[in-house]
Amino acid sequence: MIRLLESESIFVLREVAAQFNNPALLFSGGKDSILVSWLARKAFYPARIPFTFIHIDTGHNFPETMDFRDWWMNELGVKLVVGSVQEAIDRGMVAEEKGYNASRNLIQTAVLLDTIEKYRFDAAIGGARRDEEKARAKERFFSHRDEFGQWDPKNQRPELWNLFNGHKRQGEHFRVFPISNWTELDVWEYLATENVPLPSLYFAHERAVFERDGMLLADCEYIPRRPHEVPATETVRFRTIGDMTCTGAVRSSAASASEIVREIAALRVTERGTRSDDKRSETAMEDRKKQGYF
Amino acid sequence: MEIKRTELLRFTTAGSVDDGKSTLIGRLLYESKAIFEDQLEAVKKASERSGDGEINLALLTDGLKSEREQGITIDVAYRYFSTPNRKFIIADTPGHIQYTRNMVTGASTANAALILVDARRGVQEQTRRHAFIASLLQIPHLVVCINKMDLVDYAEDIYQQIRREFELFAAKLDVKDVHFIPISALKGDNIVNRSDNMPWYQGSALLYYLENVHIGSDENLIDPRFPVQYVIRPLTDTHHDYRGYAGRVASGAFRKGDEVLLLPSGFTTRIRRIDTYDGELEEALPPMSVTLLLEDDFDLGRGDMIVRVHNKPEITQDVEVMICWFSDRPLQPGGKYILKHTSSEVRCIVKEIRYKLDINTLSRNHLDLHIGMNDIARVLLRTTRPLFLDSYRKNRTTGSLILIDEATSETAGAGMII
Ligand SMILES: Nc1nc2c(ncn2[C@@H]2O[C@H](COP(=O)(O)OP(=O)(O)O)[C@@H](O)[C@H]2O)c(=O)[nH]1
Ligand SMILES: [Mg+2]
Repeated sequence: MIRLLESESIFVLREVAAQFNNPALLFSGGKDSILVSWLARKAFYPARIPFTFIHIDTGHNFPETMDFRDWWMNELGVKLVVGSVQEAIDRGMVAEEKGYNASRNLIQTAVLLDTIEKYRFDAAIGGARRDEEKARAKERFFSHRDEFGQWDPKNQRPELWNLFNGHKRQGEHFRVFPISNWTELDVWEYLATENVPLPSLYFAHERAVFERDGMLLADCEYIPRRPHEVPATETVRFRTIGDMTCTGAVRSSAASASEIVREIAALRVTERGTRSDDKRSETAMEDRKKQGYF
Repeated sequence: MEIKRTELLRFTTAGSVDDGKSTLIGRLLYESKAIFEDQLEAVKKASERSGDGEINLALLTDGLKSEREQGITIDVAYRYFSTPNRKFIIADTPGHIQYTRNMVTGASTANAALILVDARRGVQEQTRRHAFIASLLQIPHLVVCINKMDLVDYAEDIYQQIRREFELFAAKLDVKDVHFIPISALKGDNIVNRSDNMPWYQGSALLYYLENVHIGSDENLIDPRFPVQYVIRPLTDTHHDYRGYAGRVASGAFRKGDEVLLLPSGFTTRIRRIDTYDGELEEALPPMSVTLLLEDDFDLGRGDMIVRVHNKPEITQDVEVMICWFSDRPLQPGGKYILKHTSSEVRCIVKEIRYKLDINTLSRNHLDLHIGMNDIARVLLRTTRPLFLDSYRKNRTTGSLILIDEATSETAGAGMII
């Protein structure tokens, strides 16, 4: 099963290299983008991955993510460009949210579009999957973006067979999603089988956390706590890794990828259930995607 | 690196608006436990708001804001579920006429099509349209789900009558395998288990059928075709002379040592190695992504094709296709388009529109040759360079192409080579 998905993803990645002049790979440090980079290494072996990597750094990342990123870029021998949200705030390009639930998730989009424009990338590969969220279920492999970087879900190009149309007009670009057809369980089964290196955050560890809106948040300097929110040390892991302010932990003792496979097979909540950025409203993801989020 | 092709079934759903496609998919996801608690909670809440009592499983698949507002499906949504036997990818496609292009999209990669018919309304214009598209796109297995049986007292004669009506129409189509199942997507009859409400039905429940339908021979394993997708040239010290032809096996098998013919050059050589990141392979089968290394140093590029010496595709600049038109700019006789076929891209001119097909009657209209959005026509194209092609009936990969509008860059049509 995972071999079928692997061969499809490799096909898509090679299509990107063939059809675009200046493609980039969006690397968040999360398992999905690590998987995509792993598949990219396979797709072009023994040559180097022909994509520049982009990291949109919210400034609120887990330190473990940053360490992993630098180590992995070096392993792959690829070039990394960083779009800094902090810098964009300092320049006044975007304004930061205030309050207890403040997150830099929304303003990330502006920084991403700015980075794509600055380096003139004509395609940005992402690790989004259709099973993640209902708006993502409608995505194409080759997803067209207008000159404002926006997604028009009602007017998407039909995508037939394996014939991907990467033609576009000046100023437009594409988002490409090679692992569209993978489910969370497929991803973990593959990561376990292939022994793919991952940030330690994904595995059970002790951490000071506190509860908010049914989520376990890491106690850290970026999240102001209300008086009744008292942190306690628990054994947790993260199912998705984003910005510290919007990524919730789950109580878990799974210490390896294969233990995670077993855990997920029994789980009854989606991984996006641990993301407060998606809980803001029923169409939170669709709204962000239309604006240019990946 | 073993690929088990039968572990994955792709299917599409079709039918008129309100025949119950979204409900059926919601039901399959729900029953196979592919729905998580937070998704179910969200759907329950939304169902309460719209206030029709029962949880509306259709809300699980209608993802976009405008879809939920209008209560219709607009774009293809992909859904995933698995049972211990298989993984399933569903392309949930809308039933409205104006979205027929999405049905074609979903159908292009499907092993099976579920066509829903409302038991109260019988075979509709859209049912015929969708059955025809399924046959045109050569979906190997067709399952006609006669839905809402609960609203017709689970009556056998209604089921039999719709079945006869459909068979009469399907006799004119090119379909290999048609199956009929009476169901209620809403109540769950004949979805996972055989229903007690329809003891007269002797066949299997839908999920059992999907888990067991034989798809091992859906792919062409006879004619070896390897479109060169990308050339791998590391140019590093350790791999200085490495020149690998990366691609996905479209059909047939390639073995190390095989004598192969290169197109368009016509040179012959042998396969020296079949490379992957995980090591060398003895044999590559569809749909594996591999890298071929050849004995002799020929300079192949993207769009070239590696085939076997005694099994050549057709090499031609005159391409006859059945085309589904997607663009609101009509197909222009004499018009020029970009044509994508396997990994090659050429320009083409529309030499002749032979006829437009009326997909309700399947009759050919030679007089009205205005080909607008959602029309299907037989067309002759002339390309700037030769294509290496097979008929779509023989080979879904080397028999398919798309046309791209040069002005808008949009995918304007999909062609099945005759
Ligand atoms: N009684 C009954 N109603 C059904 C059944 N399947 C679907 N419906 C209802 O028919 C309506 C349309 O269903 P929906 O799944 O949205 O149809 P779609 O347009 O084909 O996706 C909804 O109100 C469903 O609840 C069924 O088997 N029995
Ligand atoms: Mg629907």
